[in-house]
Amino acid sequence: MQELVSLFVKSIFVDNMVFAYFLGMCSYLAVSKNVKTAIGLGVAVIFVLGVTLPVNYLLNKYVLTPAALSWLGPDFAGLDLSFLSFIIFIAVIASIVQLVEMVVEKYSPALYASLGIFLPLIAVNCAILGGSLFMQERGYETLAEATTFALGSGIGWFLAIVALAAIREKLSYSQVPAPLRGLGITFIVVGLMGIAFMSFMGIKL
Amino acid sequence: MDKKIFIEPLFKNNPVSVLVLGICSALAVTVKLEPALVMALSVTIVLGFSEVIISLLRNTIPNRIRIIVQLVVVAMLVILVDQFLKAFAYDVSKQLSVFVGLIITNCIIMGRIEAFALGNKPLPAFVDGIANGLGYGIILVVVAFFREFFGSGTILGYPIIPAEWYIKNGGFYENNGLFILPPMALILVGAFIWVQRSIQKELQEK
Repeated sequence: MQELVSLFVKSIFVDNMVFAYFLGMCSYLAVSKNVKTAIGLGVAVIFVLGVTLPVNYLLNKYVLTPAALSWLGPDFAGLDLSFLSFIIFIAVIASIVQLVEMVVEKYSPALYASLGIFLPLIAVNCAILGGSLFMQERGYETLAEATTFALGSGIGWFLAIVALAAIREKLSYSQVPAPLRGLGITFIVVGLMGIAFMSFMGIKL
Repeated sequence: MDKKIFIEPLFKNNPVSVLVLGICSALAVTVKLEPALVMALSVTIVLGFSEVIISLLRNTIPNRIRIIVQLVVVAMLVILVDQFLKAFAYDVSKQLSVFVGLIITNCIIMGRIEAFALGNKPLPAFVDGIANGLGYGIILVVVAFFREFFGSGTILGYPIIPAEWYIKNGGFYENNGLFILPPMALILVGAFIWVQRSIQKELQEK
């Protein structure tokens, strides 16, 4: 249990998806102009990461890793399908996003109205695929670990986008040099936020 | 064929600094010049060939499932590149870690396929892919050059700063460790955009 809490905090602050690995940058920069939409996208990312990563974990464990198919019988024990992982992960993500969109639309129209436009966008958000690939590379061992990591990274991404959106709302009142206006200053602000987040580096729990 | 297709993505209409596509990997692989070059080459190859394939298929893909088809084509090319790197450049492939796989969701690829390959013949699509890959590569190389030079005092692994300059050898110089850390990549791209928009005033935002 203690390990899970430590992994959770670590994936929110220390290994923050945005500031430590730059994942999901495209939508991070494009959809952070005001806090309300930023919250919508952030919640959608937590949700999709929390659903797809455990599924990909199970697929990775029981289908993709070398000799993972031995539960089908001794004939399958020699198979190594790990080269298929990219295509399987992205297919799972795209189809789950589609499914989630349909379920949310049917059962919670209010949530759909606020998340709706962001859900399809998220299928190609690199934070989602990146989460699955990190899970595979770091070899998380149990389903609980994978889920904790998913929720932690999602919340870290959420915090990062809401913080940036709040800063950008205020930034529109300041005098920025003309060539830096808009995109340039946003990059520099994200860089400074990254430096602030680096103060969490080296924290051991 | 129009020369513009090749020239514009290199600087004037650069995919990273003007269209804001493909930022994630542009920042993450630029600590050293060598992985940055490998990454730029991989993206250029994947982008060129995926645009050709999608352009050849553009009249047969039903509009509603085109995203899935595009993802499958791109994922196949990325698997080829990844297996190739693992076989022939294992060290670099370890350094790039998940970022080779993330070429699949690199927005440059989806963006150019949607914006260009779906409406053009295979040859211009190929040129567009290669040119955008090179434009992406230019940013990677510029950022990686500064980060490696100031952060480690080397270029492509060869030491540039003379060893006797360092404080530990009795000199006055110390590498700037900040350049190795992630935030500096963002600030360098910000500075690149600043320079570019000072030259090309029409890109400035109100």
